[in-house]
Amino acid sequence: MKYIIIGAGVAGFAAIEAIRSIDESGEITMISDDPHGYYSRPGLAYYLTGELHDKALYPRTQVDYKKLNFKYLRGRVTQILRSEHALEIDGKSRLTYGKLLIVVGARAIPLEVPGAKLTGVVKLDHLTDAQNILKLAKRGKTAVVVGGGITALELTEGLLARGMNVHYLLRGDRYWSNVLDRNESKVVEGRLQAEGVELHYHSELKEIIGKKDRVSGIRLGDGSTIKCDLVAYAIGIRPCLELVKNTDLNIDRGILVNEHLQTNDPDIFAAGDVAQVYDPMSGRSVLDSLWNPARDQGRVAGLNMAGRKRAYLKSPPFNVTRLAGLTTTIIGAVGGGRDDDVIGIARGDSETWRQLPDAIAAQGGFDANHVRILVGEKTLIGAVVMGDQTLSIPLQKMVAEKMDISSIHDKLLAPNAKIADVVADYWSKHVATA
Amino acid sequence: MSFLNIFKSDATRHTAIYSGHVVPDSARCVQCGICSYNCPIGIDVRAHVWRDEAVINSECLTCGECVTRCPRGVLRFAQTDLFERRGE
Repeated sequence: MKYIIIGAGVAGFAAIEAIRSIDESGEITMISDDPHGYYSRPGLAYYLTGELHDKALYPRTQVDYKKLNFKYLRGRVTQILRSEHALEIDGKSRLTYGKLLIVVGARAIPLEVPGAKLTGVVKLDHLTDAQNILKLAKRGKTAVVVGGGITALELTEGLLARGMNVHYLLRGDRYWSNVLDRNESKVVEGRLQAEGVELHYHSELKEIIGKKDRVSGIRLGDGSTIKCDLVAYAIGIRPCLELVKNTDLNIDRGILVNEHLQTNDPDIFAAGDVAQVYDPMSGRSVLDSLWNPARDQGRVAGLNMAGRKRAYLKSPPFNVTRLAGLTTTIIGAVGGGRDDDVIGIARGDSETWRQLPDAIAAQGGFDANHVRILVGEKTLIGAVVMGDQTLSIPLQKMVAEKMDISSIHDKLLAPNAKIADVVADYWSKHVATA
Repeated sequence: MSFLNIFKSDATRHTAIYSGHVVPDSARCVQCGICSYNCPIGIDVRAHVWRDEAVINSECLTCGECVTRCPRGVLRFAQTDLFERRGE
């Protein structure tokens, strides 16, 4: 069998490992136009802050690649010729496939304001972007960040760590308003301000001003200006669908796949950020931009491609991130409403976080160490754990395994409940009896 | 109080030195590599996490660098049974 994987992210790499676990001799080719191949994309945040050297971002060595026995081809797939089971590479050469996996990911939605094409306007999709940001940060003094979600803060913290003065523009009155609650947003904003970030609420970027093709400042909706050398944006991401547009593969916001990660063409699969995956539990097809589900989807797609029928079971979305230096875990459904700073979905985001069913929120902790749980009738529906992470593993399991919490339901919702203690007590009893 | 005993699997460094290992919660990991980058003796901690295995390596000093540096709280010290892979 000839397998081709388009894209070099974690979903593609997990697929190769899965295929090899079944098919030792099939020919596997990975094609990508990323000059850096497979590296940890979420690790870019820590590369920006200087906690990590870029060479350390590569999880695998040449020796590992040799063991997996696949070919890496640097190039751009320009067409999928379904009837011929072939790909056109760089507009000229052709490659045939038996099974094809599309894992081309998602990319930043471009800014659409005058001046968006000036040198000094940056985003954070790839290692190349991160290297470019560091180069620009070295010669610049002031940066403006626009957008929301995790990536906007990664940019803010990275630029700050590189010694820049950072202005962060928010369209509304708080950060990440459709996932965090008011209190959590304030905690994050307070920490950013303490680090020296200047927050601008109710501010909309209208124009980027340039001098000799380089950024020299921005103009806001109210007409005021800020002088700056760099504008970093993270206003959401969009699955890369250009390649499949003329193929008759079913698409919606992403490439539609069934629970076997298979498109409407039985020989073509999709996984990761580009895939909109059918979830049999909810009956919906959803987009996630989360690293671990991408790995799981890649693995399941690989198994199916190699002939072992497996269904992908979506677990409640879960992500750990660092917001203004605070480790934060977001589990299940936690938010709702809208966030004007992001269009659609952001990196590290899941649409499921905002599908909030009937639930009542209970909170505990102060400032940095904070727990919020969404209490359903018999189960916990979601949780946010900020700072101290001791409760995040129990909460992760309680949500994922839909553990019956009827016995503590009232205690959790009692006025001034010490939720952390109630959860801890419940968990210790559960562990003791398990 | 209950708060203390649910975390009884989180051994302190002293306990870890003679009976514990660094164990991962792999679902939190994004393979960024800060753990391997900071290991003073060059253990590829990240590769253990990818395979969902405890860092059972006779050279591990249990110094805790990887545990404290991980930005996502993937790693912790726990007592492990040498014959089990995860020790949970």
